[in-house]
Amino acid sequence: MTITQTKPKPAAPDERVAKRSLFQKLLGRPEVGALVGAIVLFVFFALVSPTFTQPNALATILYGSSTIGIMAVGVSLLMIGGEFDLSTGVAVISSALTASMFSWYFSTNVWVGVALALVVSLSIGFINGWILMKTKLPSFIVTLATFLMLTGLNLGLTRLIGGSVSSPSIAAMDGFASARAVFASSVSIGGVEVKITVFIWFALVAVATWVLMRTRVGNWIFAVGGDANAARAVGVPVKATKIGLFMAVGFCGWILGMHNLFAFDTVQSGEGVGNEFLYIIAAVIGGCLLTGGYGSAIGGAIGAFIFGMANKGIVYAQWNPDWFKFFLGLMLLLATIVNLIVKRRAELK
Amino acid sequence: MNAKEIDQQTLLQNEKDPLTHTPVHLLSLDGVAKHYGNIIALSDVTMAVDNGRVTCVLGDNGAGKSTLIKIIAGLHQHDAGILKVMGEERKFTSPRDALDAGIATVYQDLAVVPLMPIWRNFFLGSELTSGFGPFKSMDVEKMKEITLQELAAMGIDLRDVEQPIGQLSGGERQCVAIARAVYFGAKVLILDEPTAALGVKQSGVVLRYILQARDRGLGVIFITHNPHHAFPVGDRFLLLKRGKSIGYYDKKDITLDELTAQMAGGAELAELAHELEQLGGHGDVVKEVQGEVAEVAQTTGKTY
Repeated sequence: MTITQTKPKPAAPDERVAKRSLFQKLLGRPEVGALVGAIVLFVFFALVSPTFTQPNALATILYGSSTIGIMAVGVSLLMIGGEFDLSTGVAVISSALTASMFSWYFSTNVWVGVALALVVSLSIGFINGWILMKTKLPSFIVTLATFLMLTGLNLGLTRLIGGSVSSPSIAAMDGFASARAVFASSVSIGGVEVKITVFIWFALVAVATWVLMRTRVGNWIFAVGGDANAARAVGVPVKATKIGLFMAVGFCGWILGMHNLFAFDTVQSGEGVGNEFLYIIAAVIGGCLLTGGYGSAIGGAIGAFIFGMANKGIVYAQWNPDWFKFFLGLMLLLATIVNLIVKRRAELK
Repeated sequence: MNAKEIDQQTLLQNEKDPLTHTPVHLLSLDGVAKHYGNIIALSDVTMAVDNGRVTCVLGDNGAGKSTLIKIIAGLHQHDAGILKVMGEERKFTSPRDALDAGIATVYQDLAVVPLMPIWRNFFLGSELTSGFGPFKSMDVEKMKEITLQELAAMGIDLRDVEQPIGQLSGGERQCVAIARAVYFGAKVLILDEPTAALGVKQSGVVLRYILQARDRGLGVIFITHNPHHAFPVGDRFLLLKRGKSIGYYDKKDITLDELTAQMAGGAELAELAHELEQLGGHGDVVKEVQGEVAEVAQTTGKTY
């Protein structure tokens, strides 16, 4: 006896939905242009320089990428939320200076300085966001002003307090060893020393991606960047979301500031100027829309990785590093053009 | 002219809610006014919204329609008069405040975020979550499912809830916004010129959703400058002109022609025809306007 089973017919798919191949779905992602660029660049340097693909070289490249990438996480989120921050580069130094100067002059455990630096970093973010929301000026102007003010404060206060342009060495102070272990140590993987910032960077990217794609706050970030008025009209707390984003950038700046401090033991107060553009470039190369509402944290990470590869690749290829900035500019242009083409093509299909 | 205006006193005291048979309205405005500095944007507006009724607000550009909605939606606060929700006096301080009171607004231009997927737009501001504490995440699958279901219930057959809402047509976007308001338990639905930018067919689709929302028991405020769209779906008509109410009618007391005549303002049309003639305007246009003047004169029994 045979039992004939009739399989339930699968629900007929809507005839208006043309089947999209996995490839086409992939093309619809914001970071795909950057990914293609990263692969091309990787293959290019691998061919030009044999040392480029050695594990040690890769660890160095990843470390270089992570120092940009940690900030690019916050800056990408902020850009998706429709705003800019030009004060990030010097805010990192402000954070490091706060930690070192406070613990030195008040002779406290360095962890007290680290905690105070976190408060300062978050406050800088809060003030940026708050002024922006109160005045409704473009974030370009507001953060340009805080950038200039922080640059002046870093130099002025450091010289006023310590009489020098760099902060005093805190290497001998309580808690320095443990703080260095947290912010600036290395982990050995198969005999290759990988800097801890690489792991912090990956963790931040993972958290940011989860927040963006899977939480209410992520939905709000896309909405305030895409159309703040529409978002406000359906009850999204636009002001809180934007201020929160600036504070998230501040948090990333704190991590990088602490790394800069504990990787050595002093901080140069004039550093950091110009770095803000590197973070923005990483986010843009990674497919974040300058006007907001579109992008991903992974894209920003890929952007930072491209930056790291170009930066170190030129050295491994034994070219003059003078060419680096030229490459960076070319990369930015190419990446944004590729992004544009890919996005248009994906939207058409 | 035989259109019978509703007396303001009658409206607010004697008229009864059709469902609860009490003299309490879902939403009522009594002498509401709004100034921007020395500019009087709105003065002495009285209207009521009830369950399962469509109240149309008609007026030309600059008549104060937008100001009126902004007050009800919580974007602006009124300076004088009384706004009551379910008989309780209120003054909304934010859109969230109005939303919590059950008043949802569908805006003509800022209804949705174009780059975001349909389901993200549908739940924007009221996302479903699972988990607790810092690990609270959105229930994506459920939200997609509900979006598809709710839109289907409103008769909107969508291709894919993952596509950016900017790819939908204007009418479809309005409908998503209406479905969203209905799903989130709006009692009062404000529609700000939903048909203004739409073609004839698309407008018909939106008007059908207005009736669906009404049949679901919502009180609808339909703002438009087109009496041909307002008349078939409206139960009451409030006419605004230069920030003032120039008439408030029940459907049984007014015809489409009278409504159009009131809206168009016969005197203004006559003036326009005269002006066009003087400027040496195209003969056909002038004739058309003059024809309209004659029509208006006929229905209102006045001469211009």
